Amino acid sequence: MTTTETARTRPNLRWRVVDIVIAAVIAVASGVVFWGWDAVWGALSTPLHAVLPGLDSLLGGVWLFPAVLVPLIVRKPGAAIFAELVAATVEALLGSYWGAETLLSGLIQGLGAEIVFAIFLYAVWTRGTAILAGAGAGLALAILDLIVSYPGQKLAFDVIYIVGSVISGALIAGLLSWLLVGALARAGALNRFAAGRTGRALV
Amino acid sequence: MTGILTVNPVAKLAVAFILAIALVLSLDWVSATVALACECVLFAWAGVSWHTFWTRTLPVWLAAPIVAISIALYGKPSGQTYYSWWLVDISDGSITLAIATALRILAIALPAVILFVTVDPTDLADGLAQVVRLPSKFVLGSLAAVRLIGLFMDDWRSLQLARRARGVAESGRVRRFAGQAFALLVLSLRRGSKLATAMEARGFGAVTARSWARESRFGWREWLLIGIGLLVAAAAITVSVSTGHWNFIGA
Amino acid sequence: MSSLGRPARVTARGWGWRHAGRRAWAVHDLDLTIEPGERVLLLGASGSGKSTLIAALAGVLGGADEGDQLGELLLDGVPPATTPGRAGLVLQDPDSQVILERIGDDVAFGCENLGVPRDEIWMRVRDSLDSVGLDLPLDRSTSRLSGGQKQRLALAGVLAMRPGLLLLDEPTANLDPQGVREVRDAVARSLDRTRATFVVIEHRVDVWRDLVSRVVILDPAGGVLADGPVEAVLGAQGRALADSGVWIPEFPPPRPVRAAPTSGELLVSAQELAIGRNVKSVVRSDINLELASGDLLAISGPNGSGKSTLALTLGGLLAPAGGRVVARPGLAQGAAPNPIQWKSRQLLTRIGSVFQDPEHQFLGGTVREELAIGPRAIGTADVDARVDEILDRLGLTALAQANPFTLSGGEKRRLSVGTALATRPRVLILDEPTFGQDSRTWQELVALVAELLAAGSAVAAITHDAAFIDALATREFALETVGVIR
Repeated sequence: MTTTETARTRPNLRWRVVDIVIAAVIAVASGVVFWGWDAVWGALSTPLHAVLPGLDSLLGGVWLFPAVLVPLIVRKPGAAIFAELVAATVEALLGSYWGAETLLSGLIQGLGAEIVFAIFLYAVWTRGTAILAGAGAGLALAILDLIVSYPGQKLAFDVIYIVGSVISGALIAGLLSWLLVGALARAGALNRFAAGRTGRALV
Repeated sequence: MTGILTVNPVAKLAVAFILAIALVLSLDWVSATVALACECVLFAWAGVSWHTFWTRTLPVWLAAPIVAISIALYGKPSGQTYYSWWLVDISDGSITLAIATALRILAIALPAVILFVTVDPTDLADGLAQVVRLPSKFVLGSLAAVRLIGLFMDDWRSLQLARRARGVAESGRVRRFAGQAFALLVLSLRRGSKLATAMEARGFGAVTARSWARESRFGWREWLLIGIGLLVAAAAITVSVSTGHWNFIGA
Repeated sequence: MSSLGRPARVTARGWGWRHAGRRAWAVHDLDLTIEPGERVLLLGASGSGKSTLIAALAGVLGGADEGDQLGELLLDGVPPATTPGRAGLVLQDPDSQVILERIGDDVAFGCENLGVPRDEIWMRVRDSLDSVGLDLPLDRSTSRLSGGQKQRLALAGVLAMRPGLLLLDEPTANLDPQGVREVRDAVARSLDRTRATFVVIEHRVDVWRDLVSRVVILDPAGGVLADGPVEAVLGAQGRALADSGVWIPEFPPPRPVRAAPTSGELLVSAQELAIGRNVKSVVRSDINLELASGDLLAISGPNGSGKSTLALTLGGLLAPAGGRVVARPGLAQGAAPNPIQWKSRQLLTRIGSVFQDPEHQFLGGTVREELAIGPRAIGTADVDARVDEILDRLGLTALAQANPFTLSGGEKRRLSVGTALATRPRVLILDEPTFGQDSRTWQELVALVAELLAAGSAVAAITHDAAFIDALATREFALETVGVIR
């Protein structure tokens, strides 16, 4: 007999200590990655602009991956917002050129993914939800950036920027996080989480 | 003289936010310049050495022109147009917009970097939990995770040397980097799980009301710093509105 | 508050636990009573559920979504999870138990969670640090402490909660002999002060033997295998325990017969070598040593003396900060004389390195893939045959398709040694190969290294393990006396 847990067992939405700590650990590591990515973005965004203005939004997905990865692992309400806020705080403490705006970006981007997970009542954790949540975070990032960082641009720029962000969020933050969770589960790193047990035969 | 070193980090965070919000409200070169001028005078009292100042703010100085260039090229054209090709229009309007944006980046990011340089993570967590009253479980969980950064760095080094020992140091840079990053993630999740157990074993997450060994104080020096922040914000907005340059959210 | 610090009583009645996602019970049918103030050494073969039991006593096993429970396990008549602070737990890994950045704050953490008033907290912090013998300023950074100091810090953090039950899960497995002594003495002193009930898991029996009065052996088939006074239980069960991997001084693991030391061909030498992570941070300088075919050089030295840095430098992974590491023609086989200039692929057949933490070296998704990476990189003709041979030799054939990260500690260690052996390097560098290993894995490692030496390889091993040195070393090199030995 090989029993597999279904993805629809009634979820326990209370945060355990291990949920908080693991979410924070990934978020902190992401914050360090963000800080490094800021520099990469600085180098890559201009050439991408030269190809097509607004295309640098394709790089934005990297800032969004904790908003999908962390919820996929811990499966608790608020995980996307918590992860993005902690990551943004670490990024800001290390020194980011967006200053306090970093925290606002974190909040809004986390919210974009959080809304998607909430619509599915924190009970559906499939590849589809992951991609949608990544796209949601990308949309949130684009809207905020167009208001705060790139105000008064031409419509073409705005459209390219939004489409680029959504694609980047869906692929880098959404699909990639989903694949990563599978790999982490196989490496036995998620044994204390439902995400590390679903779909696997009992051993 | 300690400058802002010992001021509660919550106050520093508040000031960074006040400046950011005030300057995001309008996109014009006047408000950004006024704020930047005030800030430059105040930096002298911050208690941060020039060496620290330049090394920590270097990324800001690099980023501001990059963003400005893209706005100069693709901003909404107005006034005289100097160059035009496909989506590119360099005009009076886009140049003004570019200068305003660059100045605004500096005016928002420089004080934030200087304020955050002097923040100790433990003090920040104490402040967020005791003064702002964010949920202590989440604040302290994050603080414990921050301490692991040093261990991640050591792990990363060992992973790198181990790649050489395994004979794969020269092959496919992207693949090797991805593999190394994945291994680091696995290691950090392991460590995180153990850390969570250690914290739980010390009563973390219990229903008992928590006490605080360190008191996070919020007194006149914190209010003074916030007052200064408000003054700078008010000066920037006042000058900008009275000279007719105020331009709400770049509309 | 009346129960503060009073020794606790443990009662298990038909208790069992099954981790979520597992079919087998980690522990089942356990009946056990531990009286207040008793000191118990908990033993059992791997898989007998020792750590599960101790985690349950500490109240950290988690709720219903982390596993299923049978029967009852009580601490002073109530489930352990409902009385935080009554049981204090110290675990194996020193690095993952430090919670905060400053020593004082870290010790205070448990008290804060229990809602102890501020003045009382700082009184307890000083008291606990004193009792574990950590005489350091409260604002000293916790990241600079040695392994032994970190474990004593964790112990102080636990003692500050004034627990009635002190639980230790292999607290000294990752420590050098000095660290082991420090921790053991600190525990002994604290127990004499607090009179708390005490349960320790440890596969090196001699560390705690004098401190405990009772031994409980868990049966992998469920329940208790043996229970009683130390000498009686060890006398009756010692042989069986030793066979299952427990270190018992009366039943040491067998050692290979040593061939008479032969002076073989010189393979590597260090000449006026200075080591450091970079030229600016030199840890040691003026190191001179030689390594010949058939040699096992045991390198020892206190914490922070640069042992691991020396291993990395000798292994051609880290550039010397000064002086030279020279590969003799017999080893270099046409490559440059300085190993640091070799391509990583050239290292494979010449100098193999095994890191202290096996997980740092894993690249593959399965054990088989892991072992095939090296042979494939050097273009071995029949990779599968080579891998099968090593799998068989290491006893890992049944795990060939398992993910390396999911192996047990001993299996990971054997696999990491296997990955280095797969390309048959003439020189092998080992960093603490026997750290925290049970006696069975120890025995296998020693046999493996002995075979290598007999076949003409040279081995340099960073180690504090007296038994390992005694069994294999042809020469010793102590890092603290650098500059004196020539």
